[in-house]
Amino acid sequence: MNGFPILSLMMLVPLVGAVACLLTEAKAARSIALIATLIDFALGVLLWANYDVGGAQWQFQEKVELFAGFNWALGIDGIALMLIMLTVFLMPVCIGAGWNSIEKRVGEYNAAFLLVEVLIIGVFTAQDLYLFYIFFEAGLIPMYLIIGIWGGTDRIYASYKFFLYTLLGSVVMLIAMLWMVNEAGTTDIPTLMAYDFPKEAQTWLWLAFFASFAVKMPMWPVHTWLPAAHVQAPTAGSVILAGVLLKMGGYGFIRFALPMFPEASAQFAWLVYWLSMVAVVVTSLIALVQHDMKKLIAYSSVAHMAIVTIGLFSFNVQGLEGSMIVMLSHGLVSGALFLGVGVIYDRLHTREIDRYGGLATNMPYYALFMMLFTMASVGLPGTSGFVGEFLSLAGIFQVSTWVALIATTGIILGAAYMLYLYRRVIFGEQKNADAAAMLDLDLREWLMMAPIAAAVLWMGVYPESFLAPMRQDIAALDARIARARPHGDATLAVAKAQPKTQDAAHEGAHH
Amino acid sequence: MHSILFIVFLPMLAAIIGGLGNRMLGNTVVKSITTGALFVSCALSWPIFLGFLSGHAEPSVVPVLHWVQSGTMSFDWALRVDTLTAVMLVVITSVSALVHLYSWGYMEEDPDQPRFFSYLSLFTFAMLMLVTADNLVQMFFGWEGVGLASYLLIGFWFKKPSAGAAAIKAFVVNRVGDLGFMMGIFGVYLVFGTVSIPAILDAAPGMAGTTIGFLGHRFDTMTVLCILLFIGAMGKSAQLGLHTWLPDAMEGPTPVSALIHAATMVTAGVFMVCRLSPLFETSPTALSVVTFVGAATCFFAATVGTTQWDIKRVIAYSTCSQLGYMFFAAGSGAYGAAMFHLFTHAFFKALLFLGAGSVIHAMHHEQDMRFYGGLRKHIPITFWAMTLGTLAITGVGIAGTIGFAGFYSKDAILEAAFGSGKELGTFAFWMGICAALMTSFYSWRLAFLTFFGKPRWAGSEHIQHAVHDAHGHGHDDHAHDAHAHDGHGHDDHAHGHGHEDHGDGTAGYHPHESPLPMLIPLIVLSLGAVFAGLVFHHSFISEGDGEFWKGSLVFSEHLIHAMHEVPTWVKWAPFTAMTIGLLTAWYAYLKNPSFPATFVSQFGALHKFVYNKWFFDELYNFLFVRPAFWLGKVFWKQVDIGIVDRLGPDGAAWVVAKGSTYAQKVQSGYLYSYALVMLLGLVGAISWAMVG
Repeated sequence: MNGFPILSLMMLVPLVGAVACLLTEAKAARSIALIATLIDFALGVLLWANYDVGGAQWQFQEKVELFAGFNWALGIDGIALMLIMLTVFLMPVCIGAGWNSIEKRVGEYNAAFLLVEVLIIGVFTAQDLYLFYIFFEAGLIPMYLIIGIWGGTDRIYASYKFFLYTLLGSVVMLIAMLWMVNEAGTTDIPTLMAYDFPKEAQTWLWLAFFASFAVKMPMWPVHTWLPAAHVQAPTAGSVILAGVLLKMGGYGFIRFALPMFPEASAQFAWLVYWLSMVAVVVTSLIALVQHDMKKLIAYSSVAHMAIVTIGLFSFNVQGLEGSMIVMLSHGLVSGALFLGVGVIYDRLHTREIDRYGGLATNMPYYALFMMLFTMASVGLPGTSGFVGEFLSLAGIFQVSTWVALIATTGIILGAAYMLYLYRRVIFGEQKNADAAAMLDLDLREWLMMAPIAAAVLWMGVYPESFLAPMRQDIAALDARIARARPHGDATLAVAKAQPKTQDAAHEGAHH
Repeated sequence: MHSILFIVFLPMLAAIIGGLGNRMLGNTVVKSITTGALFVSCALSWPIFLGFLSGHAEPSVVPVLHWVQSGTMSFDWALRVDTLTAVMLVVITSVSALVHLYSWGYMEEDPDQPRFFSYLSLFTFAMLMLVTADNLVQMFFGWEGVGLASYLLIGFWFKKPSAGAAAIKAFVVNRVGDLGFMMGIFGVYLVFGTVSIPAILDAAPGMAGTTIGFLGHRFDTMTVLCILLFIGAMGKSAQLGLHTWLPDAMEGPTPVSALIHAATMVTAGVFMVCRLSPLFETSPTALSVVTFVGAATCFFAATVGTTQWDIKRVIAYSTCSQLGYMFFAAGSGAYGAAMFHLFTHAFFKALLFLGAGSVIHAMHHEQDMRFYGGLRKHIPITFWAMTLGTLAITGVGIAGTIGFAGFYSKDAILEAAFGSGKELGTFAFWMGICAALMTSFYSWRLAFLTFFGKPRWAGSEHIQHAVHDAHGHGHDDHAHDAHAHDGHGHDDHAHGHGHEDHGDGTAGYHPHESPLPMLIPLIVLSLGAVFAGLVFHHSFISEGDGEFWKGSLVFSEHLIHAMHEVPTWVKWAPFTAMTIGLLTAWYAYLKNPSFPATFVSQFGALHKFVYNKWFFDELYNFLFVRPAFWLGKVFWKQVDIGIVDRLGPDGAAWVVAKGSTYAQKVQSGYLYSYALVMLLGLVGAISWAMVG
């Protein structure tokens, strides 16, 4: 692939597709969008196949100077590669999800999705700070339109909420970026990742980035836009929102906050832990009492993302790798769960849990897929959910046993709300005649569900395929932040020694 | 290829084929594939076990696939075979194969047979992965896999609300235990730098006496790790505190109860403690906890078992109680005895459950023993099989001479607890003796109520339905009325009435013996219940310092000697307890059937406490379930909507729109302008920054 601008091509294909969609009528637009996303997926596979695991940190680099130090600079490492793969894998599924259910402005709809793909690939490939910012913020615009135009009855409120939250975060991040470029004299992200900012400056730079990433994640308590957005978004919008857009926050932490401000990250680690612990417990409990399927899954996303932040800020390899796997896994699993909701929403046009029941009788294969994704969400070993959750929690255990304990309660609460959902929708008597008359998955739905199911099992049984490309980059990050690593509370003391009082005091100081 | 690969993965393939093929393949094909796979697994397992029994086989590990490598944490899919595994292999594959066969008869009329058989095979695969694990994470995989299968099978009749509720309860309560297990694995990794079981067991003695920080305090390292792991074992093996799911799990079809909730899955906790016995040996505190929990469970569950009316629930509490025996054996250091009881218990408890299934089958799905009675002549094979099972579980035998399976293993446990010389050992011994008395009482109570006396079937709605379906309507409405008010606690009541109609309380119903596929497993398991103790006790618990175990668990020669040297009254105590239990049951249910009612009216409060299972369910409901839902609502309505949204986006909207409803004013056209403004703003800001 020497010098071939495959990354630019991956952005160009959906861009051309988007323009074409706008110019054609509905039927053609769908086909164009599907073909464009499939080509991009093929390019992604090519990218992965040619990615040199264990080679240079940054590969497939492209750089064109535009003006005034502003560069079209692209390049990926293993972390970005995996997130790009997730994106191009889910995109054709998204197009498929809106195949029949979207009837108005079909061209614009598909163009918006293709545009989302362009911009997200941009986010994960950008090596120029400003370029990243543009992609990062602009990626929300088509999403905002998808919710606002093709969404449910309360779509305006939802899109407004979404917009307001994300905008506030991004303004402060922009100011921080300007300061950083001024200080370091470059917009090159790899250079900035190795640049040591003064410790005092790190504090507020970190906070500025945190404001933006925490909203995107989303972390408690800036999460309330997510349930609203999910509930109103069309199925494919939810899939892409949960599957990929939420990963931008985690990517931001791993690419910017941690390597650029290691000391500040350590300084604020306990803020992150606290918010994450609260999120695991509180949003799980909220999920337990939901009557709306999408809202339930949205709240569960907040709880799962909290495991990501906990893993990221555990400052060790298990935590970081675990977080990445949780992100990939959550992308697949929550995407699939939203698809599953979409499947029955298309038939009955309601997300109300009580309107269903007993679907295992008339939709056995649907029940089977949903059982798999439910179990993956719950983190059953053998599915992708377990590998990520296990590694993240193993990571945080080395830092704080308290945080590990609270975060691990997520496995109990997660089981409770997911199985409760499953019981109400899929088990039980067929108490609603219209729900009982629904047909099982058709071919299109099989084609959307089956590949995700395969990926979930693959990642659960042989995660090495996904861990290997990232290993070297995580190790580099781990080495970079090692100097700020917090002292764990579970340190061993050698036989017969007196209890180490300073360790206890150190731990106690956090409570 | 090593035969263990076939043993483990054939059931998995069968489950996948059966599960996906389902109705396309049809009942017979799926049933043949799954049952066939299990019989092959079983046939391959026995040679492995016999190899270890004769002392020829050597422990080995068969690598399968790389699993996870993250930093220094690394674990693979691999199958470990040693004596401990071999024992579990024969238990699992034999009982599973027999249960598959039995289900051909028991599930005959169920419309979802392919699903049922696939679940059974899936369970077997997960259980085999658990016992062949070479590292803690694969053990956890099996652990959760059997949990999933258990969930699916308890909820198999998913239309029944009670089945759905029981399934969730089983999964969630087990997850509480899993929290401990997971934390234990994290701790093990932190301390030892590995999760490989052999490596941990080697390094464990070196860590004795060290301390570790945990939840802000410093504790003995090995105690923390062992107790965390043991919490996992408590969940899976339904020990006191985390036992509440097991009785409810009886919602599943009876073959499931026999396989999962008696013979195999619930013993996983015992297996884990034995597998990790060198780890537990380094912490006397942890062993005391294990002993105490085991002894308390064995006593508690036995008390509840004496009062229940549902035939399956009696056996479920009995299982819970027997698991308690196994745990206090392990806590006393007699891991060999714990495994031996696991082994014999698998046969006689599976037998009792399958026998109960046969009774239920004969009685048209009636499970309430108040409506049984006099069945021994109608279903003689089932009667004899269950009698042998009862003789085995109550531990009938002559000390030092000969006895049924449970005699060898239970007496060994009681002697070990007494002989361990620990204070808690003596406590466990007395708890065990009390439980043995009650075991004998409730087991014979079950047998007498079911097979002896006069038929009391007429009171059963299930029987009424069966009779009405068979003979049309109306010929014994009277009998029905006579017993309608008989709902609670007075089993003897049924005797006095019912004569006026059929004169025999049968309501004209004719129970039939079960078909051959159900009888063969009963007969095979009966042989196990009779001979398993006699044949294997030398290998498991006495011969030449645990040569049989080949180091797969800690075997204390010292304790074996102590067991032989306990006073004679200790050796005879279980027999005495068993006899008293038998005589009490005989008096209360055959000789003087009005006795139970008299007893209940005398000790009403005590009976109520025990009958309601010590009110654990009510307590947990009050402490955990209701608060969880209440908190969920508060966090949602009051915090998320009431505070976060009001101060956040809604507050901003209010400011912008000055009190009018913002959402109504904004048309979708505005969205474009917002987007445009946003983009322009960005471009403007960046250009300004770069130029300036």
